Amino acid sequence: MPMTIKENMAIQQERDLVYCRNRVKEIAAKIGMGIVNQTKLITATSEIARNMLRYAGGGNVKVEVITRGKLEGLQLVFEDSGPGIPDINKAMQDGFTTGNTLGLGLPGAKRLVNEFAIQSVVGKGTTVKILKWKNG
Amino acid sequence: MERIPILKMGRFLLVTIQVDLYDRLALTLEEDLVQMVYDTGASGVLIDISALSIVDSFMGRIIGNIAGMSSIMDAETVVVGMQPAVAITLIELGLPLAGVHTALNVERGMALLESRMSARPDDTSDADDD
Repeated sequence: MPMTIKENMAIQQERDLVYCRNRVKEIAAKIGMGIVNQTKLITATSEIARNMLRYAGGGNVKVEVITRGKLEGLQLVFEDSGPGIPDINKAMQDGFTTGNTLGLGLPGAKRLVNEFAIQSVVGKGTTVKILKWKNG
Repeated sequence: MERIPILKMGRFLLVTIQVDLYDRLALTLEEDLVQMVYDTGASGVLIDISALSIVDSFMGRIIGNIAGMSSIMDAETVVVGMQPAVAITLIELGLPLAGVHTALNVERGMALLESRMSARPDDTSDADDD
């Protein structure tokens, strides 16, 4: 029996990252996601949420349990109204950074999940949508 | 301010991270550890991350920084106790923690540090005294 879980979390400060990771882990465990997939999902969550905090001053995360046929998983949507990303292709390259970081955040997060979509409008904000199947 | 305790055990420093790391806490640990290496003249740093259910690129960078900074201060860093799921995730993330020594648990980490110390030229020799 698929669960209906929908949750909203605000990311305004570093501590919110910790809460968000823990909450996503709890929900993932609740739908029976294995520990490796849980870890991949919360790591991707941490990367994207941190980017949102660092480059857009914060934003919002929507967590939802998704079913598609026999597949069940977690979908997360990260939304901010920051400056946007002028060149998404560049931002998705390993090692590209405009901050003083490793530049692994977005491309690394993409490798850790099953589906990854990013949309950004300069001056309006960025939306990142990820999906991790329970057994994916 | 919240801090992660650093214990001195003989020539080594032992850090056991038992709480969720947020960025500021990780940065404070980095500063404290390097200062402590300087103050104590420790020749090894052991970081136990067995309680961490996540190491993302930021924390990975801090671990790398600690190892690099300790190294130029003549101390070796060993990271111990990484959970299997964390190891798998780090490699897929693209962060292989190159240059950081690792061991399965604290005991083996200590043994690794001891063996590396004994491979060094004798500390008490007076070769560099003048």
